[in-house]
Amino acid sequence: MTVIEARALRKEFVVRVKAGVLRRESRVIAAVDGIDLTVSRGDMLGYIGPNGAGKSTTLKMLTGVLYPSSGVVRVCGFEPVPQRQALARRIGVVFGHRSQLWWDLPLRDSFALLRHIYAVPAADHAARLSRCRKLLDLDPFLDTPVRQLSLGQRMRGELTAALLHGPEVLFLDEPTIGLDLVSKQAVRSFLAGIGDAGDTTLILTTHDLADIERLCRRLVVIDRGRIVHDGSLDELHARYGSRRRVVVDLDAPLVTPLALPDVSVESIEADGRRITYALEGGRTTAGELVRRLAELASIRDISVLEPAIEDVVARLYADRDRHGAGA
Amino acid sequence: MDSRWLTAYGPLVRAQVRSQAQYRASFVIDVAGSVLFGVLDVVAVFVLFRVSKTLAGFTFADVFLMTALANCAFAIADLLVGNVERLRVYVRSGLLDAVLVRPLGVLTQLAVMDVAARRVGRVVVAVGVLIVAAVNAGLALTAARLVLLVVAPAAGAVIFSAVFVGTASVAFWWIESGELGNALTYGGHDFTAYPMPIYGTVFRRLLAYGLGFAFVAYYPALALLDRRDPLGAPAGLGYASPLVAALVAAAAGLCWRRGVRHYRSTGS
Amino acid sequence: MRYLVYAVAGFRRYATYRQATLAAVFTNCVFGFLRSALLLAVAGASAGAVAGYDEQQLATFVWVGQGLIGVVSLWSPPELADRIRSGDVVADLLRPIDLVWQLLAMDLGRATFALMTRLVGPIVVGALAFDLFAPRRFSTYPLFACSLLLATVICFGCRYLVNAAAYWLLDARGPQIAWTLCNGVLGGLYFPLWFLPSGAALLIVVATPFPSIIQLPLDILVERGSPEQQVVLLSVQAVWVIVMLAVCRAVQRRGERRLVLQGG
Repeated sequence: MTVIEARALRKEFVVRVKAGVLRRESRVIAAVDGIDLTVSRGDMLGYIGPNGAGKSTTLKMLTGVLYPSSGVVRVCGFEPVPQRQALARRIGVVFGHRSQLWWDLPLRDSFALLRHIYAVPAADHAARLSRCRKLLDLDPFLDTPVRQLSLGQRMRGELTAALLHGPEVLFLDEPTIGLDLVSKQAVRSFLAGIGDAGDTTLILTTHDLADIERLCRRLVVIDRGRIVHDGSLDELHARYGSRRRVVVDLDAPLVTPLALPDVSVESIEADGRRITYALEGGRTTAGELVRRLAELASIRDISVLEPAIEDVVARLYADRDRHGAGA
Repeated sequence: MDSRWLTAYGPLVRAQVRSQAQYRASFVIDVAGSVLFGVLDVVAVFVLFRVSKTLAGFTFADVFLMTALANCAFAIADLLVGNVERLRVYVRSGLLDAVLVRPLGVLTQLAVMDVAARRVGRVVVAVGVLIVAAVNAGLALTAARLVLLVVAPAAGAVIFSAVFVGTASVAFWWIESGELGNALTYGGHDFTAYPMPIYGTVFRRLLAYGLGFAFVAYYPALALLDRRDPLGAPAGLGYASPLVAALVAAAAGLCWRRGVRHYRSTGS
Repeated sequence: MRYLVYAVAGFRRYATYRQATLAAVFTNCVFGFLRSALLLAVAGASAGAVAGYDEQQLATFVWVGQGLIGVVSLWSPPELADRIRSGDVVADLLRPIDLVWQLLAMDLGRATFALMTRLVGPIVVGALAFDLFAPRRFSTYPLFACSLLLATVICFGCRYLVNAAAYWLLDARGPQIAWTLCNGVLGGLYFPLWFLPSGAALLIVVATPFPSIIQLPLDILVERGSPEQQVVLLSVQAVWVIVMLAVCRAVQRRGERRLVLQGG
């Protein structure tokens, strides 16, 4: 079942720039330049891209905050702009940079207010709140005014607030930003639990790629207003040729260098005693490499490094810089 | 305004007031302050008439009634939509996006969220003062006049509310508008508290008729006091104040809706 | 002079608020028209003079008064209180400079900018639309300039104390409300203080700092009384400057101590 459908979605902004001493000329910038997106129920989608790529703009169009310049978009069967309030009831949004809670009131009161705003039946509200209280450990600070909460506590409050009305789609805009490690892991486990349950669709924008690895089965990469990748994490690795690496520690440097198909030497350290091999393509497996190496030298230690998502994304952003304005 | 605001308004306000009242000490201070402001609103009239017997041909009783009507209208409007001027803060900080993501109208949320229950102190004082002023003026209380005595502050409150909303909505287009709205809201309060004839023609035409301010206190007071208008307006014009209020409210509503549209097409 | 740096910083910062300054001047002018109409009508009903002011003097009282509001900064956001409550003030206290003098220097820088914009604006508009009183005595100008400086410092002191309440109170609303109430009524903003019974007015002038902020500088400017009386008013202001600054320093010391004891 499709919960989000966007076709040829565009958003243009008119920017006025100084063109001389007194004159200002208008330039049209396409922040989102025709994107197609289809999201099914229960998907857990990571939406990433460099700063200024159009992530927030897309999110705003999907939630009804911003009017699209052109294109078609439907979320949960509603058109976000004309049916903003009806849609608002079905979605939850967590902003990492802004708080939706009432600054001066205790968390508990914020939740009570939200119940009225979303017109949630008392029993449902109580059930969901109690579940969140348990999973996110809210009780120690449930009665503290929001302004006195730490960032981690506040984020747990925000997550709860976004889920109390049982939304079909949960949009998260950089939810782990600024959090300490423990809080990040707590948030990720919680979201993973929500996603695995299958009836809430998760759309996550983030710069923290560890979030992606933990939570997202599907990755959409946007760059300069256009979608450049839409698929699984593995597909991304494959596309950008992410390589597994094998690091070997030898007792003595190699006399003759090892040559194998699809194997390249990435670095040599410690006077030749530590060699990092990169495996491209598929003709040589890690096992084959180690076996051949063992014939030539005495191996002290081996480690196999999986392709890091940071490398892929960094390569992706670097490609974009290399292609410059032409792409 | 969305259709649900009537059903949402009640429980929301109640919930807000309950939470705010929990901080008992500051709540009491706030209410006390609000009461003092209400008293302050009237002090000026007393002091002015200490040094002068009449004002533009009107006696103390007349002007006292006008001030009382104006204060009542303003205090009620301040209570209902006074917080809407925080729109500026919401737009600048991007919090307006969080507002747009909720299933309630933007105006409803701004008016109801952070409702300043403390302002009720000023309203209570203002209503009391109005009663005192009416008694002091020795009004001949016909049925029509009694109705007007109740309707005029209500209509005036609508006019002030409309001006609050209209001036706040400027923030949708011009974030740095800052205190511009104060000129019309607090300025309007001062303007309506005194007889129209004291103001110059241009000013009077703009504010009294352009924005309908003359219908907040001046014309209703004339009708209640059964006085002729030195400026020559027809007698009983004060009874038209609900009509004027409706017009001004419609204009403000239009302004607000255009503002929300503008924000949603251009982002922030 | 390290404090000059702060003054320049204060000036620069407020010089960037161009649009807000414009909006504020506009608001001041609107109130200028409203108040002039009122006070002139009062005077008109009493044969052109009331409580020692003639119509020209009243007009100047209103318009320069509106200009003064911006210079002394009667209402400003409680930045210091916010910084105290959030703990950011610790950064300020760690610097080798007294906080009160630092803030005062910045405020004077701000006031200098306001002199050029928020004082001049309403005066120009008022002069165009009304018949303003121009001082006849040459000595009035330097007296007024001094008075303006003293008023700015006193207002700074009051605002500082209102903010410093945050060292002890979690919620600064009480002092804020009290300040707004007092400087309105007792300051001479709604009506010249001399409209009140002279005994009460005199008491307020001597026993509270509020008239020294708006009322007294204006009285000096419109020459409401002899030159000797102008000097007397200036002296009252001078006394209040000393008192306010002393209280501010004392409060700051105790506030700092409390902050340290509490752990920030």
